[in-house]
Amino acid sequence: MILAKTGNEALAYAMKQINPDVVAAYPITPSTEIVQIFAQYVSDGKVDSEFVAVESEHSAMAACIGSAASGCRTMTATASQGLMLMHEMLFIAGGLRLPIVMPIASRSVSSPLNIHGDHSDSLASRDSGWLQFFCETVQEGYDTLIQCVKIAERTSLPAICAVDGFILSHCMERIETFEDKPVREFIGKYKPNWNLLDIKKPILVGPATMQDYFFEFKRSQIEGMNKALPIIEEVQAEFKQKFGRGYGVIEEYRCEDAEAVVLLMGSACGTMREAVDEMRNQGKKVGMVKLRVFRPLPHQVLAESLAKFKTVAVMDRADTVNAWGGALFTEISSVLYDSPTRPKMLSYVYGLGGKEFSLADAAAVLEQAHAGKKEDLVTYIGVR
Amino acid sequence: MAKLKSWKELPCGAIIDDPTAVLENKTGAWRSQRPCWNAEKCIHCLNCWIFCPDAAVIVKDGKVVGINYDYCKGCGICAEVCPTKVQAITMEEERK
Ligand code: SF4
Ligand code: SF4
Repeated sequence: MILAKTGNEALAYAMKQINPDVVAAYPITPSTEIVQIFAQYVSDGKVDSEFVAVESEHSAMAACIGSAASGCRTMTATASQGLMLMHEMLFIAGGLRLPIVMPIASRSVSSPLNIHGDHSDSLASRDSGWLQFFCETVQEGYDTLIQCVKIAERTSLPAICAVDGFILSHCMERIETFEDKPVREFIGKYKPNWNLLDIKKPILVGPATMQDYFFEFKRSQIEGMNKALPIIEEVQAEFKQKFGRGYGVIEEYRCEDAEAVVLLMGSACGTMREAVDEMRNQGKKVGMVKLRVFRPLPHQVLAESLAKFKTVAVMDRADTVNAWGGALFTEISSVLYDSPTRPKMLSYVYGLGGKEFSLADAAAVLEQAHAGKKEDLVTYIGVR
Repeated sequence: MAKLKSWKELPCGAIIDDPTAVLENKTGAWRSQRPCWNAEKCIHCLNCWIFCPDAAVIVKDGKVVGINYDYCKGCGICAEVCPTKVQAITMEEERK
């Protein structure tokens, strides 16, 4: 069915179709409208989910952990400060290998206070052991959230499905939705690895481990992430087969004979596509590489793709405040360090706090990438 | 002490599928104060047994028979909840 939906509405609609056993969330700001819309579905009897309205995001994730440990398919949603308050609990969900799925309307983090989109919140959670997907469109957000359920459960890893705050979460888009039945067929029935409440098989969850076992357990968790990429690709292929829309972990746009590319994540990829088209019309060999899966970092896929180009410009929608720009730039640079060609790397930070990223800005980045040089180490796009 | 396992042998998510494994760790070694139970004063109300955050109060046939010092952490909750008029548990310095 073709519907006009904002990102929040589309993600809540996907949640309705997923029909999770439990949604525990803090249903006011800084959380997203997703939770509010979902709560309405619960009140209207459209889903079977148990909705737990908790008193904070920290509690929301704590309740999700309890629920997932009890073998329930569990979801929540949040953004910005809410995700920050969840931070401690994110690591626990990761360490316990609980497949909780969480859409996020990615936004800036205070201070100063700002409600608009950038990737500061989700990128600040990058080491918490969650899978992370960044979506370009509302359609991709809807599709990805459905995939996330299956990927999370198959990998035993929690998953974040990020859409850009306001730019996607609040803007209406024409999207193609599926019927409930095929969505439920696709995700299937959840078969948890274990269930805390199964009194016939008592288990202990969240043990204390000392120097003799902590590192070994972490190593085992790391292996879960190491093995996630093929599973993501497998689920993406199953999704394509069932619904006809395909996604890769990265997407190369007009990269065939490109000499310079821009690599970025999220909604700005749409702007970049336009700019690439215009440059191509002028005969300039430029392209775009969109990174869709940030955790796990598909380093081999990236190395293989990016080593072909002379210049790679990396655009971060968050700064690590490490005096060297964004996380994406440093990670992608590391990926390419051992490549035989070692492309020239250019670093950009853009769109913090929802700052406009225009077609002209995108074109300027492409021009510099095409020239293969720029003056400053990190360029802060559009900053006065 | 059992041989330490490699990370490949560990259960996903650090769950312990044999909860009795915790019995191997004699956590009573943390204790700095020791509850001393007086059998003569005790009226067997079982407050201490209910409130003990571990399972260190030993009960047989509905009556307290002693404290399991292998696991008792010396938190003193049992002494605190023992009825004021009875005071069958007193906390004393742990002597090594
Ligand atoms: S001191 Fe604490 S742990 Fe020990 S028996 Fe009393 S209540 Fe239990
Ligand atoms: S609380 Fe005191 S009186 Fe009651 S059973 Fe325990 S030791 Fe005995």
